[in-house]
Amino acid sequence: MQSLDNTESYLGSEFNLKSWLLTFDHKRIGILYLLTVTFFFLMGGIGAMLIRLELLTPQADILQAEMYNRTFTLHGVTMVFFFMIPSIPAIFGNFFLPMMIGARDVAFPRLNLTSYYLLLGGGLFALAAILLGGVDTGWTFYTPYSSTYSNSNVILMGLGIFIAGFSSILTGLNFIVTIHKMRAPGMTWFRLPLFVWAHYATAVIQVLGTPVIAITILLLAVERGLHFGIFDPKLGGDPLLFQHLFWFYSHPAVYIMVLPGMGVVSEIIACFSRKKIFGYSFIAASSFAIALLGFFVWGHHLFLSGQSVYAGVVFSFITFLVAIPSAIKVFNWIATLYKGKIYLKTPMLYALGFIGLFTIGGLTGVMLGTLGIDAHVHDTYFIVAHFHYVMVGGTIMAYLAAIHFWWPKMTNRMYPEFFGKLSALLVFVGFNLTFFPQFILGYLGMPRRYHVYPPEFQVLNVFSSAGASILAVGFTLPLFYLLGSLVWGKKAGRNPWGATGLEWQTASPPPTLNFDKTPLVTEEPYEYHGEDMPNE
Amino acid sequence: MWRFPLIPEQASTMALSVDMLTIFLLIVTAFFSLLIAGLIVFFAVKYRPSNKTVNREGAPDSHLLLEIIWTGIPLAIVIVIFFWGTGVFYQLRTMPADAVQMHVIGKQWMWKIQHPEGQREINALHIPVNKAIQLTMISEDVIHDFSIPAFRVKQDVLPGRYTKLWFQATKVGRYHIFCDQYCGTLHASMIGEVVVMEPKDYAAWISKGAFPTESGASSAQPTPASAGEELFTKMGCSSCHIGTGEGRAPSLVGLYGKKVVLSNKQTVTADDEYLRESILKPAAKVVAGYEPIMPLFQGQLTEENVLELIQYIKSLKGTSDAIAR
Repeated sequence: MQSLDNTESYLGSEFNLKSWLLTFDHKRIGILYLLTVTFFFLMGGIGAMLIRLELLTPQADILQAEMYNRTFTLHGVTMVFFFMIPSIPAIFGNFFLPMMIGARDVAFPRLNLTSYYLLLGGGLFALAAILLGGVDTGWTFYTPYSSTYSNSNVILMGLGIFIAGFSSILTGLNFIVTIHKMRAPGMTWFRLPLFVWAHYATAVIQVLGTPVIAITILLLAVERGLHFGIFDPKLGGDPLLFQHLFWFYSHPAVYIMVLPGMGVVSEIIACFSRKKIFGYSFIAASSFAIALLGFFVWGHHLFLSGQSVYAGVVFSFITFLVAIPSAIKVFNWIATLYKGKIYLKTPMLYALGFIGLFTIGGLTGVMLGTLGIDAHVHDTYFIVAHFHYVMVGGTIMAYLAAIHFWWPKMTNRMYPEFFGKLSALLVFVGFNLTFFPQFILGYLGMPRRYHVYPPEFQVLNVFSSAGASILAVGFTLPLFYLLGSLVWGKKAGRNPWGATGLEWQTASPPPTLNFDKTPLVTEEPYEYHGEDMPNE
Repeated sequence: MWRFPLIPEQASTMALSVDMLTIFLLIVTAFFSLLIAGLIVFFAVKYRPSNKTVNREGAPDSHLLLEIIWTGIPLAIVIVIFFWGTGVFYQLRTMPADAVQMHVIGKQWMWKIQHPEGQREINALHIPVNKAIQLTMISEDVIHDFSIPAFRVKQDVLPGRYTKLWFQATKVGRYHIFCDQYCGTLHASMIGEVVVMEPKDYAAWISKGAFPTESGASSAQPTPASAGEELFTKMGCSSCHIGTGEGRAPSLVGLYGKKVVLSNKQTVTADDEYLRESILKPAAKVVAGYEPIMPLFQGQLTEENVLELIQYIKSLKGTSDAIAR
């Protein structure tokens, strides 16, 4: 039986470079994304380590001003545009979304491969910009610094983001069509796993929001290259116009980064509580509420920019409204735990970590949305701490949860549970030690993007850097034991977690066409009834 | 190293209001974070698989009333936060009428400060305690941000447009000024110090003249308004802007703060922004009844010059019906 599965699997069906690089199989494309995105994650991580090393002392030690600015830009750009945005949708969305709805592939497999090469191409431009000396504008590219004053590879980097953006748009488009047209018989809208709902909401943002960043970068390039006055007042432009356009995409982009993670958490919480998810329709609907409201809050990045006070008031109010659907999700997850049978396996540890850290990230977001507080902590380490709680405590925790949860399905190998739990613990402890002190630093007034700082901020910076070293170990550990598990790992079998999703009902690793015959769906998702987890 | 403050010094009239608001939000944040973390730990322990005695029967998988409760309570809380936070911000953004007017010019990578008495400073701001100060700020190049954590205030400083900031110090001492908006290579060096002084010390400091140093006075510096008057003649403004406006250009006497009717029938207030634009790009808004014949001064005047001219125009008290006709 096992050998039969292997010969048919997507991994073994044909094994040469061409069959991988020109594959239309959504699962292989998912693996290609996994490799590419992991590369950018490591690159961004090296940037982060350099930043934390430099900030150990108040003076400039290993990085001088110029290099420091290029390092945090590298960190921000690679982490946001080449790791976080593609991460969960492009890897796990690609691999599992078609399987979850009982489809053989996404709606447009060729387009799917094109999307991958767009990300890779964009990534190569970004890499070239970095290798040719880097960019010193920060990932936010604020004008007129980026358009007129910066003496670095802004256009090349912008081009990389521009190209990668189309990868995001086309992936979103592909998912929307796939969800509408490719569902197996019986897979009604309200039988869709919440992972699929979350990806639908994400795809809407990708399709509607990403073109705006493409336009913005184009305008930036036009002003920088051709000196057309768009953003620089010296040329007759308006510098705030850039900020409006930039955040019109980049705030919803936060939800591109976090909504898929919420989908992952919904899957895992139900499976490892052996219980039906609580409030299915509220969790599904709240994804759309977040996606919709997320388009109307961009001005909260501009409270102190010279934007009118009244605009600030409106944006502040809508920002508070986004907190509500996020809270609904958290409460529903907690209610799912009630009277469950809770298995604290690695994916579950990460998922529970997500809930706790995302809660802090979200509530500190409410603080920043409060006009009177933002007036003090804007552009300080408080904001750095806040968005790392959402992006690392949220998205990356969910990403690691996903990789541990689905690794057995993708590879038919179990990861070593002990090391999995150890990495989850290290990530949780290291993360909090890194970023919690930054809330205090920010309230004390330490500005972001400073490589030198007054000496009274040193103690907290040392805590933060110490935490970063633990976090780094926690992040690199899975790289080794997951690769090791390919050789030494126990065979996983079809369904090591006793999970209900369709992706678990087929062989591990899945055959090229996913299912032997088209599945027929007869029940709602998450039909767990307190049964024991297999092999326990 | 031994002191371990969690909040910066409260050295302005607004510091306490901002901190109280923050403390309220911290309580809300701590309450919900601990509630959620506590429930996770409690459920994870109580409903561990090895616990066979616990009752797992009868757990619902949806509950409308609960959904309404946990939608309604957070909504009520954020509405309270919204009004409170907006109230504090409104105070931070409402300029007091009696504030001392100072000017800040940001450039890569320094803060230039101009006192109304004529003193100039770089990366330092001397102010008297218990007196409201209003800063009118502009950048010569990129966007900067003028931030004083001890006062809980900050504001972006933009090129091509004035922004304003006010505060009233309550404690004598020295506090950080930071540039909070990334502005290029030496962003981290664009820092300075606010020196809050007793009124008599401030008066003594002011009397030392321009670029006062610890060692003593330097040469006297004209006030911005008198420097502006000099420029007004030198740049040839005075040849047209004379008398009560029967000449080729409207009179500027008593103009500041008045309503002006434009040739396109719109009405604008003659504030700093309007005057700046009308000096640099006169054709943008032409006063009704006049020809757009004034030459462009863009590129010929520094931001300091423009501020000085505005101070001069501001100093021309009196009435003139020619302006606000």
